[in-house]
This record gives sequence, structure tokens and C-alpha cells, in this order.
Amino acid sequence: MNCILIDDEAAARAIVSQLCSKVPELNVMEEFDNAIEAIKFLNQYKVDLVFLDIHMPGFTGIDFIQTLKNPPKIVMTTSDTDFAIASYEYEAIVDYLVKPITHERFQKCIQKVKNTSVGTSSASAATNEQETALGEDLYINIDRRLIKLKFAEILLIEAKGDYINIKTESKDYLVHTTLKKIMEKLPEDKFLQIHRSYVINFNKIVDIEDNSVLIEKSVIPISRSNRPELMRRLNLL
Amino acid sequence: MIETPNLEYVDNLADGDTAFRQKFIGILKEEFPIEQEEYLDTMKNVLFREASEHVHKIKHKLNVLGLHNAYTLAVQHENELRNGEQSLKEEFLSILKVVEHYLKNI
Repeated sequence: MNCILIDDEAAARAIVSQLCSKVPELNVMEEFDNAIEAIKFLNQYKVDLVFLDIHMPGFTGIDFIQTLKNPPKIVMTTSDTDFAIASYEYEAIVDYLVKPITHERFQKCIQKVKNTSVGTSSASAATNEQETALGEDLYINIDRRLIKLKFAEILLIEAKGDYINIKTESKDYLVHTTLKKIMEKLPEDKFLQIHRSYVINFNKIVDIEDNSVLIEKSVIPISRSNRPELMRRLNLL
Repeated sequence: MIETPNLEYVDNLADGDTAFRQKFIGILKEEFPIEQEEYLDTMKNVLFREASEHVHKIKHKLNVLGLHNAYTLAVQHENELRNGEQSLKEEFLSILKVVEHYLKNI
């Protein structure tokens, strides 16, 4: 079973690595002190199991799980028992190890991993657009950094060849993906495609004229085919 | 009362693997002073939220060194710092001194 370790503390990684060394079936492929580097690794290699610390600065273990499209089996390692309930909301999480981890508890965990069929053996991390499960936000990959965008901040998304331009209240982000792909990751009740090249945040509409929508200061064309759906969703007086 | 640090957990984990034992002690000796200094800096600058993050890291080492009461106090200190309070600062500093002395002498 190929596994990786993610923990920002070297001491914690050394403990899990030592415990893994006592289990012949486990092969520790790599150790990471941050989750973002691990995501890049998952994009390249097949990983069966991830030992993941929840409490890491910046990009937490939960952020990591939400970023993965098809996560491998995950064992959480932390002292924050408060996170336990939240972590079990994710199907990929097989077990939860409280630090300091003992040999006995680790053996039980590995047995549980073997007996659990959730997750997939092929670790497919998110692609360039870095999809999350539908929540309140979306991660995008810009220059090797995963940036969290809250849905509520997005004004509109414009197709630009092989890229999309995500326009937010504060900044624009150019991402290598398609409108179709990002639409799959956006909540349907908040976003609507009104033109072949435009998706808008429904809540950001200022006004609508015959063939266009005003989003903040941007005038966005409405295509004939998309207009009926837009009109259907308006709360017209 | 402050407990005495020990390597019982580390020895159990090493299970006779002296290379691991030495490597792990080396990591503790390297990481602890950095985390301690970062904690002291953030406390000096009244950055309690950041200080709580350092306490979070240090507390694992307390557990590893068999300081279970100290670990409990560290959890409380971490939580109070998140709320902008520092009533357990002096007790936590005493623990840090004990650990610092211990790691310098193993």
C-alpha cells in the first residue's frame, strides 16, 4: 500500500514514518510539510493512503480533502478531537489517530484501512481548476498556488480561449480550464450561464436590459437561447 | 507540580531502533528551540492568535516527552490565547524552561 505523510511538524512525520516502517504492507513514498506540495505529488503518482494532519497553517487538512476530486483513503492525525466529527463527514476518511500515536492504535488503524473499501486506489487529485466539493468556496490553481475563492465574491466568469477569467469584487483570475468544467463546480442556484462566453453570479445582477445584464460595472450580453432561463429565475413583480 | 520529561514514548516507538531514537531526539532538539522562540516573540508582540499556533506545535512535544499534565495546561493556554487571554503564560513558560533544560542535556 503506497502512502504519503502530510504534517507541518517534522517530529510528527517521524513518528508516523516509524510506525509505518513496522507494517510490511506500507510503503511510505514521500513526506510533506504542507498539503499543497502533496497535491502536486498526487497529480503524478498513485497513492493508496494519506496520513494527514488537520491543523496546519494556511492550508489545513480539511482544505486538502476538499480540494481532491477522488481522494485516496485518508487517516487523520491530530490532537484536535474537536475536528473528529467534522472529519468524518468525508467519505475518504477511514480513521482518526490522536497524537501521540501508539503502536497498538496504529495497528488497529491499518486493519481498519485494509477492511474499508471507501475511497479509490487511484488517487486523482484536482486538475488545474482545482475543484472542491460544493460548499461555499472553490480552489483555483494560479502559479502553483491554490487560491480559495468564495462563491459570494465571484461576479462573473468569462471564457477566453483555453482559459477562463474569474472576475471577483477585488481581483481577476485567469485559470486554465473551460466554462463547462467550472460550471460543474458552481452551485446552480447562484450561477447561470447567460451567453456562450459568460457565466454570472445571479446575486450580483444590478439590472437587466433587453439583451444585456449589468454586473457591477460590466455589461454582459444575454444570448437568445439563455434568456428564457434567466427570465424564469427572476423574481418578477 | 511540573512533571519530569522522559523518553518512554520515544523508546517504545523506537523498539530498539537506535538510529530512529537518535534521529527523533535530533528533531526535538532542532524544532523545540525554534518553536519556543517563535512563541516568545509572538507573546512579546501581543500576537496571541499566532502564539496559540506555536503552543499547538509545542504541546505535541510535551506529550511525546511524557508531560501529560503540561500538555493539558498547554491545551488550555492555546485556547485562552485564541480568546486574547494569557493567564497561563507564566506556568507555560516554566514548562518551556524544563523542556529546554532537558533537551539540552540528553
